[in-house]
Amino acid sequence: MIYFEHVSKRYGQQKDTLTDVNFHLPMGEMAFLTGHSGAGKSTLLKLITGIEFTSRGQVTVNGANLSRIKTSQVPALRRQMGIVFQNHQLLYDRSVFDNVALPLKIAGYHFSEIERRVRAALDKVGLLRKEKVNPVTLSGGEQQRVGIARAVVNRPLLLLADEPTGNLDPELSNEIMTLFRQFNAVGVTVLIATHDLSLIQQLNYPRLTLEQGRLIRNELGSERPQ
Amino acid sequence: MSRQRQNRRKSHAQQSSSRLQAYLSHHREVAAFSLGKLLKAPVASFMTIAVIGIALALPGAFYHFLKNAQAVSQSWDDSAQISLYLSHDTSDEQGKAIAAALTGRAEIISTRYISQSEALAEFKQHSGFGGILDALSTNPLPGVIIAKPNLSRPRSTQLTHLISELERMPAVELAVFDTEWVARMYAILDVVQSVIAIVAGLLCLAVLLAVGNTIRLDILARKEEIIVIKLIGASDAFVRRPFLYGGFWYGLFGGLFAILLISLALILLEGPIQTLAKLYNSEFSLRILSPAMLLTLLGSSSLLGLLGAWLAVSRHLAQIKPS
Repeated sequence: MIYFEHVSKRYGQQKDTLTDVNFHLPMGEMAFLTGHSGAGKSTLLKLITGIEFTSRGQVTVNGANLSRIKTSQVPALRRQMGIVFQNHQLLYDRSVFDNVALPLKIAGYHFSEIERRVRAALDKVGLLRKEKVNPVTLSGGEQQRVGIARAVVNRPLLLLADEPTGNLDPELSNEIMTLFRQFNAVGVTVLIATHDLSLIQQLNYPRLTLEQGRLIRNELGSERPQ
Repeated sequence: MSRQRQNRRKSHAQQSSSRLQAYLSHHREVAAFSLGKLLKAPVASFMTIAVIGIALALPGAFYHFLKNAQAVSQSWDDSAQISLYLSHDTSDEQGKAIAAALTGRAEIISTRYISQSEALAEFKQHSGFGGILDALSTNPLPGVIIAKPNLSRPRSTQLTHLISELERMPAVELAVFDTEWVARMYAILDVVQSVIAIVAGLLCLAVLLAVGNTIRLDILARKEEIIVIKLIGASDAFVRRPFLYGGFWYGLFGGLFAILLISLALILLEGPIQTLAKLYNSEFSLRILSPAMLLTLLGSSSLLGLLGAWLAVSRHLAQIKPS
């Protein structure tokens, strides 16, 4: 699903943010990406989502070589994945329902279908009864669950999360992780960037650990996918 | 063709028609959303709308008054005529033949031949010098052909050409265009029309910039939102759409405001103009805005709004990227 081959990333004239990163996250797998802040986790995610492009090496996502795609093809790439952000990135000028519906509207679904899928996603994260409220009135944990509902509503093949439990207490963090595991159980490939080691240690999933831009621990392997 | 394939084809057609439906309903939704945004900040929106309205009302009103003036001057066309004074040795038959020949020309609508004796009779009747003329042995008055020029396309140069050409005819001694001031009037109206066109062009540019600037501020205010929807896979067209609709609404409401302003001006001017017309024994009254004029105003204002938004969007949206 995600294949990094000798990937380096450098911003301007500074030293490499990522240096010679190799790994392969197979389809249907779930993994953690860890490391101290500044180790390159965010940069790695940006390379997968087409926000940044590699300086050297190649990134392949679902069969598409990202160094070869055009800018106009990036939106279509992003529609294949669900992204959960640390600061939720919700829009506070519209309801919870409209926030979650956004990816479906972008993909051009009919309203009846949008309604059905948004309700299903909100039900999944336990917020069906809050669909009409403005997300600004929700707690941090609830807002994060809205963000997750939005990320999965389009039934993506790949789910990326950047510090999804960043500001949450352990109990809420566990709830969020349970959601990710449930999605993974139905076949979604999941990659979670987090520095919350206690959380990772409770769960037995392969880890990628970055330190100063180098992948110092790779429990996934890096052989070329078939 | 197997039934299965037929079914597949049918379901494909259904799918694409429902895609189209979804697309159209998305457009409806975005249009309503942009309209809602406009109405949520009524004061700020009204400022932009008023600027557009005033900028469009000026050329619109000028144009309307010009049309009125042209309607008035059209009634003067009837009095525009060329008098051809024939030489004394031209017989009545020759005069009639020339008149008939002239009627055949495209630039001339009709002619009337006044023979020497008719001219004399007319002169006697109107001038009161009948006795003096009786004392003369011969009729001093020439035959006259009165030609009505076709002024549907009033071009004074054309008219001047026609007159000099008529004057070169051997039987014609003198050609006089009785109402040359009509031609001058047309020339003045032509100048006015050109001035209005230039002013209208400049004001349209102002509208474009006003809408463009409003949309630019809107884009900057919604930067976060744009980044979020780009992150979840929105195409540029999707991001652009609400802003384009915003520009369209500004334009449309600006056009409506312009119509309101022009109508108000017409109501205020109606009284004074009627008084003026009465002093000139005229039935003239200002016409209300024609449906064609209303449509032109609304159409051009919406288009300008859309274009202004497009300018702002194409300049600024590309710069807003997730980072």
